[in-house]
Amino acid sequence: MEKKNESAGVAAKGISTRAAEIAVALMFFLVGGVVVFDSYRIGSGWSSDGPQAGYFPFYIGLIICISSLVTLGQSLFGAASRSDKVFVEWSQLKQVLSVLVPAALFIGGIQLIGIYIAATIYIAVFMVWLGNYSWLKGIVIGFAVSAVSFATFEIWFQVPLFKGALDPLRFLGY
Amino acid sequence: MFEDLNALFHGFSVALTPLNLLLMFVGVTLGVIIGVLPGLGGANGIAILLPLTFTMPPTSAIIMLSCIYWGALFGGAITSILFNIPGEPWSVATTFDGYPMAQAGRAGEALTGAFTSSFIGAFFAVVMITFLAPLVARFALQFGPPEFFAVYFLTFCSFIGMGKEPPFKIMAAMMLGFALAAVGIDTVTGQLRLIFGWYELMRGFDFLIAVIGLFGIGEILLSMEEGLTFSGKSAKIDPKIVIQTWKKLPQYWVTSLRSCLIGCWLGITPGGATPASFMSYGVAKRMSKDGAKFGTGQLEGVVAPETAAHAAGTSALLPMLALGIPGSPTAAVLLGGLLIWGLQPGPLLFIEQKDFVWGLIASMYLGNIAGLIIVITCVPLFAAILRIPFSIIAPVIIVICAIGAYTVHNAMLDIWFMLLFGVLGYVFKKLAYPLAPLVLALVLGDRAEDAFRQSMLMSQGDVRIFFSKGLVGGIMGLSLLLLFWPVMAKTLARMRSPKAA
Repeated sequence: MEKKNESAGVAAKGISTRAAEIAVALMFFLVGGVVVFDSYRIGSGWSSDGPQAGYFPFYIGLIICISSLVTLGQSLFGAASRSDKVFVEWSQLKQVLSVLVPAALFIGGIQLIGIYIAATIYIAVFMVWLGNYSWLKGIVIGFAVSAVSFATFEIWFQVPLFKGALDPLRFLGY
Repeated sequence: MFEDLNALFHGFSVALTPLNLLLMFVGVTLGVIIGVLPGLGGANGIAILLPLTFTMPPTSAIIMLSCIYWGALFGGAITSILFNIPGEPWSVATTFDGYPMAQAGRAGEALTGAFTSSFIGAFFAVVMITFLAPLVARFALQFGPPEFFAVYFLTFCSFIGMGKEPPFKIMAAMMLGFALAAVGIDTVTGQLRLIFGWYELMRGFDFLIAVIGLFGIGEILLSMEEGLTFSGKSAKIDPKIVIQTWKKLPQYWVTSLRSCLIGCWLGITPGGATPASFMSYGVAKRMSKDGAKFGTGQLEGVVAPETAAHAAGTSALLPMLALGIPGSPTAAVLLGGLLIWGLQPGPLLFIEQKDFVWGLIASMYLGNIAGLIIVITCVPLFAAILRIPFSIIAPVIIVICAIGAYTVHNAMLDIWFMLLFGVLGYVFKKLAYPLAPLVLALVLGDRAEDAFRQSMLMSQGDVRIFFSKGLVGGIMGLSLLLLFWPVMAKTLARMRSPKAA
């Protein structure tokens, strides 16, 4: 909203859009490069029986590289390069990370103790930590969600979900 | 024509079993809830529920899933009008006049107007599908690989030419989709591509995972950033308001008809519901005699975008059914469902799976009627869902997304990919890289590649095969025209401006 911030001001407020644009364009270029490289490796031309496996992806990778270079050029030298828009403010980034990091921990938890128990703990902790609810409420809601999904998937639709490497719910017999 | 009508009546007899009717109501209700909740939308809602339908008969399954889609289309309007929060991207334009109406205490009128015009838009599109889809399918029976590749090409060119985002970003996002589709075993040669010795990647990237991550997790991260506090207007719809609004609506018939046409056009060509709703709102604003008052709470400003969004959302199923080419991410998810149930979408579907196709089309009529009844009677209930605090909704939705991602292939790795796609979705959305072309490219990647390779085999690597015959050349020409349209329009405008201005 405030236009008169200098670039130093942007850095203080958050990550600048320009930096994000450049980073994403470089990422695209890298992906395109990898695709071109791998397609070339497995053969991107013709063999006796027609186009080789890398024939189509080779050009896909090439187009990714070209279009990311254009975007990169625009954000480095174009009109956008002089803009001082903020991609994400530090305070916003903190909010986003406060969802993202627990989500990653939750998925790590699934791997270990399975979806149902991890979900109960995750929902409870999330509610207490970010929503200032009491532990009782958190655990009740977390348990309810897990119980409903257990009933839906394991019993009703007979789709087994991941119970984790340790499988603490073994005693239920599912 | 009469043959098709007969088939349609047969379809009604397929759709009108008690089980299917029940699934219809369940689907619409679930759909509205999905449409109301942040982070769950038509595409990822259906993606998550898809594995649950594997045990159902395909016709019942698609009836339920498509009803979820209608429900989600309806649901978006509720949040836009009452909370000024578009639950779905295509209901952004509905907030412009819908929310001011709610602020002025006319929420009931706005909601009734929105639901009714959604219904009209969808109905128009279904009628069009009924008569046009069989024709398109019959026509497409003569397609060979070059023609099919040309149609894919047309789909992707129209994304670039008609998208609002910078063209090179659309191109990059789309090609990323193609690249992800190429990961895994190459179906023709059996060679492993792009997995770099990581054998769990052999399966490739499933687009359902991408859809759940990009649209679900990404959306949650975006909402979190805004630190959402919902403050909504209360909703009451009593029969009197409904009747009053219905009396007012006929005077906007021109706007309705125009919005239907815009919606159908953008739905068939993969513009999708979102641009359709904006375009329809814009055109209505320019053409209406009350145009200057738009944005202050005009019923017409609700009618225009809602009609177009629903017409587009519905007609996106036409190319999916008739050609096997989805016009929107949600249609793409439904297409994924067809493949899993063992049905090959495309022109042959109309010949080989008559029950399925016409049952689905009949259910579109019935589902939309069911939807209209449910939303008009249960609005307060659905609005109450939005009052559940975000700190409860967010973890629950992430749990649901994780379950959905896992059930696609029973693979733990997919849940991690979902999170990765979530971060991508968040970053892409903020930097104006569009998600829809990425998803469609991921879905169509293998088939587009097959069509391309078969064409190349036919011509021994000569690209001119795509311009060799009238039909394929025509489609390719149209594609190129769409691709370069923005450039040409600019040049034309520059040439004309000295005279016109």
